[in-house]
Amino acid sequence: MTDIPMDTMVRAAAHPRRDIGLKARYAAERRFRIYGGLAISVGLAFLAIMLITIVSKGYTAFWQTTVTLPINFDAKMIDPSNKRATDPSVLIKANYPKLAESALIAKLGIDPSNKPMVMKLKGFLSEGARVQLRDIVAADPSVIGTTRDVNILAAANLDSAFKGQIDLSVEEARRKVSDQQIAWMNKLKADGVMAEHFNTGLFSYGASSRPETSGMGVAIIGSFYMMVIVLLLALPIGVAASIYLEEFAKKNRLTDLIEVNINNLAAVPSIVFGLLGLAVFINFLGMPRSAAFVGGLVLTLMTLPTIIIATRAALAAVPPSIRSAALGLGASKMQMVFHHILPLAAPGILTGTIIGLARALGETAPLLLIGMVAFVADYPTTPFDPATALPVQIYMWANEAERAFVERMSGAIIILLVFLMAMNITAIVLRRRFERRW
Amino acid sequence: MSSLLVLAIVVAIGVVAFLIGRQRAAAHENGTVKPHSRAHYHGWWAFLLAVLPALLLLAVWNIGSSFYLDRHIHAVLPERTADSKVASEALDVSLVKSLARGLRQLDGNTALPATFAELQPLLAAKGVALASDTQDYMIPIAVETNKVQGMLGWFGAVVTLALSIAGALYALRQIAPRARARNSVETLMLWGLLAASTIAILTTIGIVLSMLFQTITFFESVSPISFFFGTVWDPRFADAGSGGSRGQFGLIPLLAGTLYIAAVALLVAVPIGLMSAVYMAEYASAKVRGVVKPALELLAGIPTIVYGIFAVVTLGPFLRDLSAALTGGSPFIQGQSIFTAGLVMGVMLIPVVSSLSDDIITAVPRAMRDGSLGLGATRSETIKRVILPAALPGIVGAILLTASRAIGETMIVVLAAGVAANLTVNPFEAMTTITVKIVNQLTGDLEFNSPQTLVAFALGLTLFALTLVMNIVALYIVRKYREQYE
Repeated sequence: MTDIPMDTMVRAAAHPRRDIGLKARYAAERRFRIYGGLAISVGLAFLAIMLITIVSKGYTAFWQTTVTLPINFDAKMIDPSNKRATDPSVLIKANYPKLAESALIAKLGIDPSNKPMVMKLKGFLSEGARVQLRDIVAADPSVIGTTRDVNILAAANLDSAFKGQIDLSVEEARRKVSDQQIAWMNKLKADGVMAEHFNTGLFSYGASSRPETSGMGVAIIGSFYMMVIVLLLALPIGVAASIYLEEFAKKNRLTDLIEVNINNLAAVPSIVFGLLGLAVFINFLGMPRSAAFVGGLVLTLMTLPTIIIATRAALAAVPPSIRSAALGLGASKMQMVFHHILPLAAPGILTGTIIGLARALGETAPLLLIGMVAFVADYPTTPFDPATALPVQIYMWANEAERAFVERMSGAIIILLVFLMAMNITAIVLRRRFERRW
Repeated sequence: MSSLLVLAIVVAIGVVAFLIGRQRAAAHENGTVKPHSRAHYHGWWAFLLAVLPALLLLAVWNIGSSFYLDRHIHAVLPERTADSKVASEALDVSLVKSLARGLRQLDGNTALPATFAELQPLLAAKGVALASDTQDYMIPIAVETNKVQGMLGWFGAVVTLALSIAGALYALRQIAPRARARNSVETLMLWGLLAASTIAILTTIGIVLSMLFQTITFFESVSPISFFFGTVWDPRFADAGSGGSRGQFGLIPLLAGTLYIAAVALLVAVPIGLMSAVYMAEYASAKVRGVVKPALELLAGIPTIVYGIFAVVTLGPFLRDLSAALTGGSPFIQGQSIFTAGLVMGVMLIPVVSSLSDDIITAVPRAMRDGSLGLGATRSETIKRVILPAALPGIVGAILLTASRAIGETMIVVLAAGVAANLTVNPFEAMTTITVKIVNQLTGDLEFNSPQTLVAFALGLTLFALTLVMNIVALYIVRKYREQYE
């Protein structure tokens, strides 16, 4: 076959590249990458939306509208029969709202005999004026007979109207503030008498049926007691348990059982701890309901596994050379642990403890069961008095219908989140700062 | 003498013993014999011997004497007759006890009136409020009870203090240069450490026993079959003391709601969480990781009540209005619905899934990854064909752990899922869960013997058993998987 003409010979052309679907594979690669990016963005977007809605709803809770009125502490009104020297209860029972109302009437220039107009003033000032003025008089009875300027709280509806949260285009009968009240409000605002101040009451008041005089004072104290109890119990017990398991325990059935238990307790639903607290601490041991002490015990049991797991990791991270060196110099095993290992593991233990505390601070479900959903108006003086907790207070406000309570609730969430973030950031900073790589 | 005072004295004795012991031992340090333990160990040993046995005795004595008092009151109470004014024997005893506590507030000099009607204003003046069905015959019994209790208290205090001093003296006498005080102290410390680590076991036992007892009492009035297989939940709150009208306690609607919501949550959380973990482990640059990882941790640190409130205040109304706008009238998504609760719970679980799977994905050995890439696979092919199959058991474990979190989650469903126990397949309607019903049955005033209250413990036990099985299986899988590559 040598006579084949050259021109008929098939020239070996460059082999066309075999289609191995590279384009499709790269497209799939890009798609996959985009899915991953999307997944993360969805998570972060949700975080952002949640924080933005809460902050936008709640930031107004930190301001409260008050009306500065010259209150005439008229002796005839407070103590008509002049018995206060002999019977101090007169000062408690006096008709203080009337004082505030007459001051407001004078300020607005309404004719006091014009009953229909006076009736329209109802619900302008907060009922809390009674307590406010009573406290002033009780603290210093010599004010009776004098006139002084007092910042009286406006009622919740007026507060909302003042902040522009009430839609004034709705017809008058269907909203909670009348046109006349709005007109008065604008007049007082123009006079500079009605103004917003920083809402200290949000941090100091206890429970109340009126939004403007309800606050988180009791809840903050209750949560504080619980955190102290958790810290005092869970940290020492958790560290002791971890030291035993990590440094002393022999590998046997008991140790295995303890480990399985701890890992399982870390994943038990928190509400189960509430049932435990109700059945054992309250029903069996007869401890008081609604008390911060019981709440603290329940949260301690819940936090222990977290602290133990973190502490064990911190202890295990200390290199064996330290142990050998200490033992070699003649320290006993106990001295080695307490003089050398524990101080080196302290930052890790601290981080774990703070994270555990943050979880305990935000925990609600078990506290509902041990009766911390309570209407507590007075500060608890000991951990055995009825109290509420920050997240429980939020839950209670969530069940209220009034708009002003929703505002307070969002404000309370902001405060809770600020606390939690401060704790978490402290933990992260501690970890970065003191973490040692061996 | 109050227990608190005794406690303070015992601790004071311990401190004195510590100081004396340390000083005596220090005196030996310059002697001819080399001491075995440092001086403060001798001090601590004296402190421990002075305090520990005494406190143990005090605790046992207090518990024992309160039991004895109960028996004593039982014994001296008059025989119950048909026309007894007080409902039960136990109530009788508790009335006497609270009366005795009230009488202790009065100063001893005033003569006690013979009838409760005269006594009540005296006690009220001291700020003691008593139940109005306290009977006249209880007054002398309460006085006698106080006398017995006072005597028991004094005797206990004297014995405790004697034991404390004896312990301190014994320890102080033992001090000698070659005495092994350190070893004794360390042995006690070791026992303390062991005791601390058994608290985990005690907690589990406490959970199981407390719920088991109440559940057994519950099953005395409601049969287990109608509880586990009943399809109607209608507990009918009974009036206090009426013995409890018969409600229906069917678990099925609650269990179905729980699983349905958890399933919706997992449908949201697993794909998103898993993809985030894959992206973070395989694609993200160090810079992105540095931002996203703390942000996800932040998402995990937000309390569940905040998610619940977001669902009920913002998302629920938004979805309802959106569905109303879509159909142009009636909303097909209710304000509280399975979908809303599941969606929000899913978002809450994203960081859980992603951090668990992140650990598992990074645990797959580098060599497997490099092998696949070296053979020409793209990164996504490596992930899909090599890494995920290798990590599968671990991921299954992570999903199980997440599912157990979803089943036990309370605050989101309490706020967002509704309270009506429906059986429905429409995800836009409301359904309720086990945890919601536990909260519903146990908030407010409780009576510990009505099935309406006790059912909460039966529900709790069911929940505990369910999550326990899931956790143990998940932990087993995760642990076994981790060992595979080590």
